[in-house]
Amino acid sequence: MLEIDWFLGLSAIMFSIGIIGVLIRRNAVVIFMCVELMLNAVNLSLVSFSSFHGNIDGQILVFFALAVAAAEAVVGLAIIIAIFRNNLTVDVGEINLLRW
Amino acid sequence: MIVYLFIMLAVLAIASALAMIINKNVVNSALFLVLNMVSLAGIYLLLNAQFLAVIQILVYAGAIMVLFLFVIMLLNVEDEEKLFNKFRFKYLLAFFLGVAVVGQIFYSIAGVTNVLPEISANMAEIGTVEAVGDVLFTKYLLPFEMTAILLTAAVVGALMVAQYKIKKG
Repeated sequence: MLEIDWFLGLSAIMFSIGIIGVLIRRNAVVIFMCVELMLNAVNLSLVSFSSFHGNIDGQILVFFALAVAAAEAVVGLAIIIAIFRNNLTVDVGEINLLRW
Repeated sequence: MIVYLFIMLAVLAIASALAMIINKNVVNSALFLVLNMVSLAGIYLLLNAQFLAVIQILVYAGAIMVLFLFVIMLLNVEDEEKLFNKFRFKYLLAFFLGVAVVGQIFYSIAGVTNVLPEISANMAEIGTVEAVGDVLFTKYLLPFEMTAILLTAAVVGALMVAQYKIKKG
């Protein structure tokens, strides 16, 4: 039968893959997708705790996290479009306006 | 049976996540992320969270990823050429940092593994649309309404940021 450790392990592995992706990729859109992957990993651990405890509050929290993730994706992609319009690149190695 | 189903979905999720971060083409990365989210929806179904499984496919794999694909088409970005061609110190650093995070999380899970709960008896009833809606519109009504304000603010802010020229006056 399924144990909760397996779900938490899968969540941990996916979160770490997201971290590695944020660190090694240079395309801003892919970095953003890796952030979404990390959000999904945390959602998975919330849902597994909710189901194994028999308490629905964790699933409600995942619902609100989904709404916040949607808002974050919209604003972040708008910022990426604005940056691309000014710099003609989405390479985070070349966007250095705020670097001193 | 359910264990094999979980293993299949977990392997699919991990493989598509890895394929997402090592793929040079951005569109392929986005499609692998869609595959990852669909397999996660399957895992939610294994956890008896039917409402969240449907929402995961509708909102994430449907709406958010279509938004990503639109932006990718709009930006017309080329492939990253030197992704893994030459060895770089930062790849090694990223790898070890990721391994360190996995180790820490596994260590903390292993430390509490004897106090973790067993499968709840009423697990089958709590994830339905009826149960979620019942709690969402009574106990969590105010956060639900605030979500609407948040989404409106996000849409207005995105329009302001992404607009080409804002007319003055």
